[in-house]
Amino acid sequence: MLYFIEQCLNGVQLGMLLFLLAAGLTLVFGIMDLVNLAHGSLYMLGAYFAATFAVLTGSFVIALIGALLASLIAGMVLEVIAIRPLYRRDHLDHVLGTFGLILFFNELVRLVWGPEGRTLSLPPEMLTAVQILPGVYYPIYRLVIILATLAVAAGLYVVVMRTRLGMLIRAGASNREMVGALGINIKLLYTLVFGLGAALAAFAGVMQAPILTVQIGMGENILILAFVVIIIGGIGSIRGAFVAALIVGLIDTVGRAFLPDLLRHVLSTNAAQTLGPSLSSMSIYMLMAAILVFRPEGLFPAASR
Amino acid sequence: MTASLDPTLVARPSLAFTPRTAFTAALLVILALFPLYSLVTGNTFVLTLFTRVLILAIGAVSLNLIMGYGGMVSFGHAAYLGIGGYAVGILAKEGIGSGFVQWPVAVAASALYALVVGALSLRTRGVYFIMITLAFAQMIYYVAIGLDRYGGDDGLTIYKRSDFAGLIDLNNKTLFYYLCFAILLASIYLISRLVNSRFGLAIRGTRSNERRMRAIGFPTVRYKLAAFVIAGALCGLAGALLANHTNFISPALMHWTRSGDLIVMVVLGGLGSLFGPVIGAVTFLLLQEGLSRFTEYPDLILGPILLLVAIYVHGGIGGLLEGRRGG
Repeated sequence: MLYFIEQCLNGVQLGMLLFLLAAGLTLVFGIMDLVNLAHGSLYMLGAYFAATFAVLTGSFVIALIGALLASLIAGMVLEVIAIRPLYRRDHLDHVLGTFGLILFFNELVRLVWGPEGRTLSLPPEMLTAVQILPGVYYPIYRLVIILATLAVAAGLYVVVMRTRLGMLIRAGASNREMVGALGINIKLLYTLVFGLGAALAAFAGVMQAPILTVQIGMGENILILAFVVIIIGGIGSIRGAFVAALIVGLIDTVGRAFLPDLLRHVLSTNAAQTLGPSLSSMSIYMLMAAILVFRPEGLFPAASR
Repeated sequence: MTASLDPTLVARPSLAFTPRTAFTAALLVILALFPLYSLVTGNTFVLTLFTRVLILAIGAVSLNLIMGYGGMVSFGHAAYLGIGGYAVGILAKEGIGSGFVQWPVAVAASALYALVVGALSLRTRGVYFIMITLAFAQMIYYVAIGLDRYGGDDGLTIYKRSDFAGLIDLNNKTLFYYLCFAILLASIYLISRLVNSRFGLAIRGTRSNERRMRAIGFPTVRYKLAAFVIAGALCGLAGALLANHTNFISPALMHWTRSGDLIVMVVLGGLGSLFGPVIGAVTFLLLQEGLSRFTEYPDLILGPILLLVAIYVHGGIGGLLEGRRGG
């Protein structure tokens, strides 16, 4: 039971990271109608920026802030140079162009940081475990991830629902031409949204970096999970992304932890050992298929499309 | 996707002498003569490289059927390469070496997978379709990693190529090359017959306006599913060839970037043109090979090239040869 609680918390933590990635993807798709495969590259860049800043300054917090700013700028520059001309092309061209960007960024990171992975070490006070329930100890850093991402999610909600910028973002998602016609600088709005998405992705990358290695291609597998999240949640819907991210995070983590043991009751130990991990990797895709059969537009289809 | 009729996607008789037909003809002649060149110079590397080009061109041709003519952007096409390859590898490991069993199984397994994935995915459209095909391919990728008996993550070496009872010896590099070349030409012929048939007209019509096609009584989803299965089966055959070519299969064959490569080949060559995918496959693989000799960081150049193609070139290289530009 204690193990179960711990795994559930791990699932929530993965889900929150997925939400950060999925929110950026779904904002960019909802507003600019852009399929951005290179989103995972921004996640990777964020982690590399943080690793570098951490070495330079020796402070995790400064590294985090520096990486967020650098990624925000990198995202906005990228939008102006490479992404803006893609808006008037169709989705297939988006796939082709941003696939090219993935190749470019992976190679760029190899050129700048070299082929070996980096590590991002935590401040010592983050390395302890804390008692969350009687007898249940949980690494404090993972709790910090959950709380920090929750705070970011809340902040995002406030920005999108309660500020002028958020109003423009929502207006842009439902009718771009009209927002432009009303005298809003739609190009600048797009650049800001893309930069915001980049910063969210970088935040996820930095948060995940101390747990995993910072390496080339680290953004690719989690990007596909983020795709699954926005499909399940309904593309363009931030609320959907949040719910779906939690579902996917929980199923992936809990399945990985318990499916091999469950299978052992019905299969031989050997077969369970082989089948378990791949079955749990598959489980979220099966969930996605099942959801799409009943709701082809996801759980929370964005109202405007 | 876009509802407007894209001029590149209207198949038209290509008998007229244009730079494009001249280029295609020259390319085919060169491809046909490669084994001779390799025989004269003793350079077998070129032959190996171009066998790979031909096999991936078959995959690209199959993807073009659904993507170029049917408007279905499948981001999971490498899964069929893997299924075809694993069919050959698994049967070989279990002691069934006959190509008469291996290849039909490869094609049938791919077709079956395409039927299931297609039936589920075709309920969605647009960007949902792109991502759901990607996710299904990723699922198969994890299945392959889970196949401990067949090498798991490390892959599986195939010690014996498919045996065709003395009919054709696949160990002979020249023969194998010509077999791939023949299958490529046969696939292109098959696609040309398909897209110019009533079936093809229905597929192309659905691409430009699905609602209208449904309104005049076409069961569009069934047509699209049929095209999806044909494309999958054909790509499964390419997978069987690829396994025989490399004598090795691994989950990497189905990594999602391989699906991206196939898309790149089709778009680079010119979407919805018969020989476009061949031009695209040759260009892409030669570019990759050439750049990696010229620099240690080939993708630093290749990536931006793809971006520029996506932004500026309409109709790929085939379109460029006809002097058509995007904008």
